[in-house]
Amino acid sequence: MAKSKPRVKVPKKAGKGEVITIKTLISHKMESGLRKDKKGELIPRQIINRFTAKFNGATVFEAEIQPAISANPYLQFNMRAEDSGEFEFIWVDDDGSTYTKKQALSVS
Amino acid sequence: MKDMTRRDALSLAAGMAVVAAFPMPTMAAADNAMAEIEQFTGGAEAAQSGRVTLEMPEIAENGNTVPLKVSVDSPMTSDDHVKRVIIVSMGNPRPGVATFRFSPMNGVAEASTRMRLAKTQDVVAVAELSDGSFHMTKTTVKVTIGGCGG
Amino acid sequence: MRVSRFGVAMAGALAGGMFIGGHALALPEGIETVKVAPPSKDHPLPEIVSGWNFRAPETQALQSDDFENPGFIWVEQGAELWDAVDGSEGKACASCHGDAAESMASVGAEMPKWSEAKGKPINLEQQINACRTERMGAKAWKWESGELLGMTTFVRNQSRGTPVNVQTDGPMKPWFEKGQNLYYARVGQLDLACANCHQDYYGKRIRADLLSQGQSNGFPTYRLKWQKIGSLHRRFKGCMKQVRAKPYKVGSDEFLALELYVNWRGEGLPVEAPAVRQ
Ligand code: HEC
Ligand code: HEC
Repeated sequence: MAKSKPRVKVPKKAGKGEVITIKTLISHKMESGLRKDKKGELIPRQIINRFTAKFNGATVFEAEIQPAISANPYLQFNMRAEDSGEFEFIWVDDDGSTYTKKQALSVS
Repeated sequence: MKDMTRRDALSLAAGMAVVAAFPMPTMAAADNAMAEIEQFTGGAEAAQSGRVTLEMPEIAENGNTVPLKVSVDSPMTSDDHVKRVIIVSMGNPRPGVATFRFSPMNGVAEASTRMRLAKTQDVVAVAELSDGSFHMTKTTVKVTIGGCGG
Repeated sequence: MRVSRFGVAMAGALAGGMFIGGHALALPEGIETVKVAPPSKDHPLPEIVSGWNFRAPETQALQSDDFENPGFIWVEQGAELWDAVDGSEGKACASCHGDAAESMASVGAEMPKWSEAKGKPINLEQQINACRTERMGAKAWKWESGELLGMTTFVRNQSRGTPVNVQTDGPMKPWFEKGQNLYYARVGQLDLACANCHQDYYGKRIRADLLSQGQSNGFPTYRLKWQKIGSLHRRFKGCMKQVRAKPYKVGSDEFLALELYVNWRGEGLPVEAPAVRQ
């Protein structure tokens, strides 16, 4: 897979006060830095090291992750829906690149 | 259909003896894990209070992808909530797995992910609450085929 | 007669709903059954069981949810490629085949098919590359590349739930027989045939693994071991290496014949692609 692709599953609508579940997954090999190639040399570490979920700019949930997290890292957490607004999900790669995804939530 | 011959049985066993070999300093792994926890708590005691729950399978079919769900019993209000939860492996080449930062906005203190386990071991979860207290739990996962560590 | 613990578990499964080894089976979305009766009396298996049945509940859970199933990364990539123009003819798959949900609704369950043009069977990977090189003026995708895996998984996924049904008569017959011979041939330092593991001892533990019937209905499959999706031919290679035999090449005539024969052994099983296995 050439480039990492984030996926998120969040309800588009929620009742006020309802606790919703947010599921995220990004394609990434999560190279641990502990594996050796065929020549016996260590393959350099390259992982997603941080995930941040913001809602209307405020950080809801954050995860600092290590090479012990599986390839194609999956993260699931919750949020109590109070206001309508927009989620922003950010994944940070060891190589400095970031992947983001946005999604609106309407609360009634 | 025929019975299993001794030759087949031996062949079958040999055929599966291709379990990846990892250089694993076992004692060091546990020491490193304790150090990781101590760093997280700043040396404070973490109570086995039953407030933290760590759900993982008893037996993992493959150590590369083992589902994990951590939850902490907390009202998640602005004066009483979970701030952080750290997941630590007691048997991987490196102890760190993940640190989750929660906020009262979460409503419930729960997170799920999937982790790598190099071999059968204990996995520990420690939670830091907004009152400054630490709570922990651990669970044992039997790994039949090890993952590439972490 | 083969009397195994699995036999007892299967009897239980038949009597009391889907219970194997004490685990309740949550069936994947769109899949009603993972076990079927053999189509004829001379079928080598007393019942045809998907690899799904042999996996731990956690592995099954990964497959059951289309979001949590990491195989869908490739399905989505394939869906994008379906609409992407490539090659000298300025065409995308969609230019000729339109909506994949309609045009590809069953082909995934019927491969390999006889190709008049090639004078031999053609499997899904080969058909995709044939369309690319012969109709789009595009380069063939490498076997096991992200693109070919993505497209194969996407096309196979359109047939999810459709029972596997391959042609084995007419011009396919010699290929079927070749596949059958390969399946029963003892190979490698360990001198074992596919049938020794997947017919004689399925349901038994072989060190850490619970042996299945080695069915193909879940492919391309996301393997926890590989940490990615892989083709059926890659799996064949792995099984041959396990018995320390020199594996045939992916896309070879040998594996094509074996694919045809293995698909026939699983006839009636619903396509599960992308399955999740250990
Ligand atoms: C220029 C038109 C054209 C394009 C573009 C094209 N195909 Fe095809 N495809 C055909 C035709 C015609 C057939 C009928 C079989 C044959 O003669 O190869 C076919 C057959 C197939 C089949 C077998 C269908 C069956 O029911 O047996 C599959 C699968 C397939 N194509 C996939 C693809 C994919 C994937 C792409 C894009 C990478 C693609 N095709 C691009 C024309 C096209
Ligand atoms: C030494 C025993 C052994 C032999 C011989 C063997 N396999 Fe396997 N095979 C396994 C094991 C173990 C697995 C993983 C667990 C399972 O599904 O049975 C497996 C899995 C498979 C799968 C994947 C099943 C699924 O549901 O994903 C296929 C397909 C397969 N084998 C085909 C073959 C073919 C074809 C041959 C002959 C070339 C072969 N195997 C020979 C042990 C063997």
